[in-house]
Amino acid sequence: MSETFEPLIVGFTCNWCSYRAADLAGISRKKYAPNVRLIRLMCSGRLDPTFVLKAFAGGADGVLVSGCHPGECHYLEQNYKMLRRYTLLKRMLAQMGIEPERLRLVWASAAEGNKFADEVTAMTEEIRVLGPLNWNGIDHARQRSEKLRSAERPPSAPEKTEKKAKPAAVAARPAGPPAGKKPATPPGGLKPPGPGKPKPAPPPGAAEVKSVPAQPATPGEVES
Amino acid sequence: MLPDRHPFVNGTPKIGVYVCHCGTNISDKVDVEEVARWAAEKLRHRGVIVARDYKFMCSSLGQNLIEDDIREFKLNRVVVAACSPHLHEHTFRTACARAGLNPFLCEMVSIREHVSWVHTDRAEATAKAKELISGGVERVRHHVPLDPLHVEVNPNTLVVGGGVAGIQAALEIADSGQHVYLVEREPSIGGHMAQFDKTFPTLDCSACILTPKMVSVGGHPNITLLSYSEVEHVDGYVGNFTVTIRKKARHVKEDLCTGCGICEEKCPRKVIDTVFEAGLGYRKAIYTPFPQAVPKFPVIDVENCTYYERGKCKACQIFCPTDAIDFDQQDEMLQVQVGNIILATGYDLFDARRIPEYGYGRLANVFTSLEFERMSNAAGPTGGKIVLRDGVTVPKSVGIVHCVGSRNHRYNPYCSVICCMSSLKFAHLVKERTGAEVYNFYIDMRTAFKDYDEFYQRVLNEGVHFIRGRVAEITDAVRMPGEEGKVIVQVEDTLIGIQRRIPLDMVILSAGLEPRHDAKEVAKRFGISCSTDRWFTEKHPKLDPVATMTEGVFIAGAAQGPKDIPASVAQGAAAAARVLSRIGQGGIDLEPIRAVVDEARCSGCRICNSLCPYSAVTFDVDANVTRINPALCQGCGTCVAACPSGAISGSGFSDEQILAQLDGILMLNIESGDGATRMPELVAEPA
Repeated sequence: MSETFEPLIVGFTCNWCSYRAADLAGISRKKYAPNVRLIRLMCSGRLDPTFVLKAFAGGADGVLVSGCHPGECHYLEQNYKMLRRYTLLKRMLAQMGIEPERLRLVWASAAEGNKFADEVTAMTEEIRVLGPLNWNGIDHARQRSEKLRSAERPPSAPEKTEKKAKPAAVAARPAGPPAGKKPATPPGGLKPPGPGKPKPAPPPGAAEVKSVPAQPATPGEVES
Repeated sequence: MLPDRHPFVNGTPKIGVYVCHCGTNISDKVDVEEVARWAAEKLRHRGVIVARDYKFMCSSLGQNLIEDDIREFKLNRVVVAACSPHLHEHTFRTACARAGLNPFLCEMVSIREHVSWVHTDRAEATAKAKELISGGVERVRHHVPLDPLHVEVNPNTLVVGGGVAGIQAALEIADSGQHVYLVEREPSIGGHMAQFDKTFPTLDCSACILTPKMVSVGGHPNITLLSYSEVEHVDGYVGNFTVTIRKKARHVKEDLCTGCGICEEKCPRKVIDTVFEAGLGYRKAIYTPFPQAVPKFPVIDVENCTYYERGKCKACQIFCPTDAIDFDQQDEMLQVQVGNIILATGYDLFDARRIPEYGYGRLANVFTSLEFERMSNAAGPTGGKIVLRDGVTVPKSVGIVHCVGSRNHRYNPYCSVICCMSSLKFAHLVKERTGAEVYNFYIDMRTAFKDYDEFYQRVLNEGVHFIRGRVAEITDAVRMPGEEGKVIVQVEDTLIGIQRRIPLDMVILSAGLEPRHDAKEVAKRFGISCSTDRWFTEKHPKLDPVATMTEGVFIAGAAQGPKDIPASVAQGAAAAARVLSRIGQGGIDLEPIRAVVDEARCSGCRICNSLCPYSAVTFDVDANVTRINPALCQGCGTCVAACPSGAISGSGFSDEQILAQLDGILMLNIESGDGATRMPELVAEPA
């Protein structure tokens, strides 16, 4: 069937600037193409070129690398080191037969939500024109859509799972708040599904919360 | 089944996945029930044994879901798909800790800021959420329990900058019994506030309200005042900074000087004072910047002193009654240990020469705001008389131009906050002292805070003329009769819609505020960042304006952005409170995101050695391996990425974790519906 090709783009963002730029795009409700999946690194300097190659090898059609503006790296100068790797990597990709436009570098500060969003949309369109990478001849797009489907389930089915072994996934809780699904209208009208407003997390150390040390409370209680 | 490239770290994975509705913020674009179902089904073979969706995961009931599941199902990993980890990572980590699970075994996936809030197609948003959660599940399998790094906090504090914000911060900390080193670049503390005449809106005399605080600083037993000094180098980390300070040579022995001022009186060299008097008046080559200076010791300006030029004079030494002059005094390098640092370095005034059409520097009777403050100040070069550049003539008409260099894409796009109020203040003072006709040329009237708008009403009632329009040109080129010998302001009066030329005797430019010219270097020296405007970057513009992203370094006052005196004082006090809270806790827990060298794998190639900006990476020549100091390491991971042997691992962001997340996002460990599997990995893994 002739559907429009939807590129799959993996994005590597730094915790301090570009990830926060993506957050700001979200807070501002700025709409952009849904084709990017972001991986958070502490710094763009953490980017190992292997990550980029493995992304392409795994089915990505494009890779976005984003960090703080030169001179503004939270770790002072590490984005310059990423820039060096990026420049060499682009050449390598061309030698391997991958169009260099599939790898894109965007500097985005934490205040540049709109810019980040627009860059993602622009990159999506560029990759769409380039077409799927189809590394090793695999049709990732078709496989992807199949993997994303779960077993068909009618909407009013009870919340028991088809898994036989305990513990059940999405188990119905007899007591406590309902696990998210609105029950069919109970007699007596609609009841609010659990707490009406989000309660902020109680601060650690508040009376109702026992403070717990970082290690598991009793050895052997939790496999870690 | 695919060959498992990422076996579970310890034993059997038991992963709980929690998908938040966030009310309808997520659920209106992402089919959250379907996502939870999908995770339970398709990720079961990766260890997901429970997958729930819930309206508000961050609520206490939502957190209880996680805690109960950890206890009941003995979960050893948790993935929460909700908002940004920058908001609630701490919340969910703490919930896990309460249930007995190491908090670093919890991973958050953002499906709100990164999915539901930015995409419109429900199918695409749901698909993306599934892929991101798959990534989170794969990643969390590689998480290991981590313990925060606990460091002691030295109770001493360094405050850089002796303006009103720095003074306030220093006094608050010192009054609580802790020790403060206050470093000030100029010979005296006081900053810009010491230069002003009156302060709006009360018209308090600026020096009268500031000098009591300055005197408190000078005499405080808990404050070591290092004036005429600059910080050269900062080493260390929060709680344990080693700061190198250059105490510049005053050429006056501070233990002998009594501040009598005879040296200044007798000095024959007059120099234009470009700093304190804003270029409007003179000082001597040996000088104190102003009479109420703290400390009272004078300074010799070596570049303008006859003795250093020609070896002659020495009048100051001859007349000094206590023999305190020391021409051979050298700069002194001091090292102090502090636990926290507050940067309160203030602002510079926009250089009005950058706007040639305003004529500053070319036309004699165009003044800047700071020049006018000095003129109006009773202790200033004119004794408080408002006069033209000839020093004699009293103006009969004065114009005050707002927004000089501010709100202008050609210079600074931001508003400098204080210029409207100080322009109104100037208008009032001129009217009061000279009775001249006063014209204020404004764009908007920004009088936002307590009693500010009332002050505007007062000035309106005093008969000051207000013309709304950005001034186009200030010139002395005569075009109409009546303009001879005047400074002419050309402006569009936008409220009546005509161009006007207004001939005036004097024009005052309310120049905007800019960051210090060396703000970028200073930021780098302290390990914090500046915005592109060069104001210091705060941790969060709304919720955390005095902290920075660097633990242990705080900012206060105009260095963070243009603000008035009450706001600077408030920020100085706020920064002090934050520091005192750290000192009170005695120690601080640092995030255990660090790099670690596996010495067995290290080949001693030293590629990583040059990559660390924090000097955390050192080479042991005898053992021929690189070592990383965990207290200095900030966790950026650059060395991790650079190591060709894979000998350096980054806790919290290891190669295994990131590659697993990548595999998860690409769903490489999930079978597609028709049973077709991905081709086996063709590239061999590095040894």
